[in-house]
Amino acid sequence: MPSVKTSLVDDLTRQIDAARQAQPGLSREEVAEIVEEVVKSLGGAFSLAEINLYREIDTLAKVIQAAKREIVAVRPDEISDRHIPEAAIELDAVVEATAKATGEILDYAEALEKLGATLPAKARTQITETVTGIFEACNFQDITGQRITKVVKTLNYIETKIGSLLKAFGEELGDLPPLPEEEEEAPVGDAALLNGPQLPQNANSQSEIDAILAGLF
Amino acid sequence: MAVDKSMNVLIVDDYKTMLRIIRNLLNQLGFDNVEEATDGAMALAKLRQGTYGLIISDWNMEPMTGLQLLKEVRADVKLKHIPFVMVTAESKTDNVVAAKAAGVTNYIVKPFNADTLKQKLTAVFGEF
Repeated sequence: MPSVKTSLVDDLTRQIDAARQAQPGLSREEVAEIVEEVVKSLGGAFSLAEINLYREIDTLAKVIQAAKREIVAVRPDEISDRHIPEAAIELDAVVEATAKATGEILDYAEALEKLGATLPAKARTQITETVTGIFEACNFQDITGQRITKVVKTLNYIETKIGSLLKAFGEELGDLPPLPEEEEEAPVGDAALLNGPQLPQNANSQSEIDAILAGLF
Repeated sequence: MAVDKSMNVLIVDDYKTMLRIIRNLLNQLGFDNVEEATDGAMALAKLRQGTYGLIISDWNMEPMTGLQLLKEVRADVKLKHIPFVMVTAESKTDNVVAAKAAGVTNYIVKPFNADTLKQKLTAVFGEF
C-alpha cells in the first residue's frame, strides 16, 4: 500500500504532466516555480501526521458503524421485549408449580400425621419422625423461590441496561441496516418436538389430549 | 421456669408453605396456639390486638421486612418484651449483626430442621 507521501508525489507528477501537455512551452524552471507555490500553499495545512490522524479517525468511525450494525443484528429490542419477559414468566411458573406441589406434599404429610395419631405408640412415633422429615424437606420451596426471585431481578437489571444502550444510540441505531442474520437452524424431526414443559395457559389438559387422540383414531 | 406451651405464637412469612412447615413443627413441639401473618404490617396489627409469647419471623418480606418488624416490636413498650426469633435465608454476618443490634432473641438459618427449631426455642425458654 503506497504511503501518503508517495501518493501526494504521484498526484503532483500527474498534474505537472497534464500542465505540460496543456502548455508545451513550460520550462523546467517554470514547473519548479509552480510546484514550489503549491507546496507553500499546503505548508502547515496538512502535515503527514495529521493525514494519518484523519485516516485513523476514519477507521475508528467505520469500526463504530460496524459495532452499531452488530448491535442491530443482536436485536436488543427483541431481548428486552420478548426473551427476558418470557424467561421471567417461565420462572414465575416454576415458583407457582413448586409451591403447588409442596402444598400437596404437606397435605399428605398432615393427613399421615393424623392417621399416625390413631396408631399404637411405636408406630405413631415412627410416623411422626417420617412426617417431620417431610416437613423439613419442604423447606426447599422457600429457598428455591427466593433464589428464582434473585434471578428475575438480575434479568430485570439486564433489561434496564439494554434499554439504556438503545437510548444511548437513539434513533441512529434504527436507521442502520442490520448485518445479515445468521440463520438459526430450526430443529427438525424428533428434535422439533422437544419443547419442554409448556406454561399452564399454553398446555393441553389431559382431557383435551384425550379429545385430540379420540379425534385421531 | 417451665415454658407455657399454651401461649400464642405468631409466625410471620410471605411464603405460605413456610408458615405451614413452621406451624406443623411447632405443633409437634407442643405449641398448639399458632397464628400466622404474611407480612410485617399484618403481624404488627395482630400483635397490637392480642397477647403473644413468641414471634417467629422471616426477614425477606415486602413491604415491611422482618428486621423492620423487629425494630417496631422493640420500639413498642407493650411488645418489646416478646422473644423474637428470626428464621431466614439471610445468612451473612452483617445480617446477623444487624438483627442482634435490633434486639433479636435468636436466629435460625433456612433451610432448618425440627432439631434446630427445638434447640433455639430451648435457648429462649429453657428446657421443655
